[in-house]
Amino acid sequence: MADCNDTLRELETYLDHEITPELQHEIDHHLGGCVDCQQAFEFHFELKQVIRDKCSRDEIPASLLSRIEQCFGEDFDGDGRIG
Amino acid sequence: MAERAEFQQQAMQYAPQLYSAAMRMTRNNADAEDLVQETYLRAYRSFHTFEDGTNLRAWLFRILTNTYINSYRSKQRRVQETDLADVEDLYLYRRISGVDAASRSAEDTMFELFTDDEVKAALEALPETFRMPVLLADVEEFSYKEIAEMLDIPIGTVMSRLHRGRKAMQKALVDFATERGLLSRSPEPSPEDPADG
Repeated sequence: MADCNDTLRELETYLDHEITPELQHEIDHHLGGCVDCQQAFEFHFELKQVIRDKCSRDEIPASLLSRIEQCFGEDFDGDGRIG
Repeated sequence: MAERAEFQQQAMQYAPQLYSAAMRMTRNNADAEDLVQETYLRAYRSFHTFEDGTNLRAWLFRILTNTYINSYRSKQRRVQETDLADVEDLYLYRRISGVDAASRSAEDTMFELFTDDEVKAALEALPETFRMPVLLADVEEFSYKEIAEMLDIPIGTVMSRLHRGRKAMQKALVDFATERGLLSRSPEPSPEDPADG
């Protein structure tokens, strides 16, 4: 079964949901009995949440929204349909 | 053949996400606005090629990424890959777990530990080669496969760039915390290091 080193090596693929089901099962088994690895995984899980949250909250300018809407009014090839 | 109203109805909901991502890519408002407008224009023109039932968000992000790489990247001063900070794995975690018990609450409040501006700056400081995979994975939550397609690189390259990019970002976050006096300047190795066990 996976030891601490095996487990930490898979930290990123695990948290990215890119791990194979077999390996995930091994890692889960190890995490169930290893507080140190559990803490490391929880930390990085939370870190990902912090990054996602703090990097995705820019307020889109209203002027940009109207600029985008304006380009939808164009009929590029005159056939009455887009594309 | 898609109608204008259909495109508008489906695609506009992603505008705020695309704008935030464009800000991280271009690192300035004016270019981010132009990039998002260009993305919508290109998407609108080729909406007839979008296959119903596939992922519209991923399709829009692919156009955003391509437009950025083709049109905006060359305008910006490019940071060399050799400028990327290299630190050991779990760098931030070990620095934070290594501090004494009085400061350990910092670990429980990571949302408060770093400001929005610091986390954005840490991401934006990454050279583009690493910034794009980290942005697409950590902020936009695309799969390795989707990122590989967007950036036209193999999945193994996505994984290695993510790994190096994330470590460099953690280094930047440690530097911010150190500047603010939240972490000591000399790292104390943690006695509870899981990898040493």
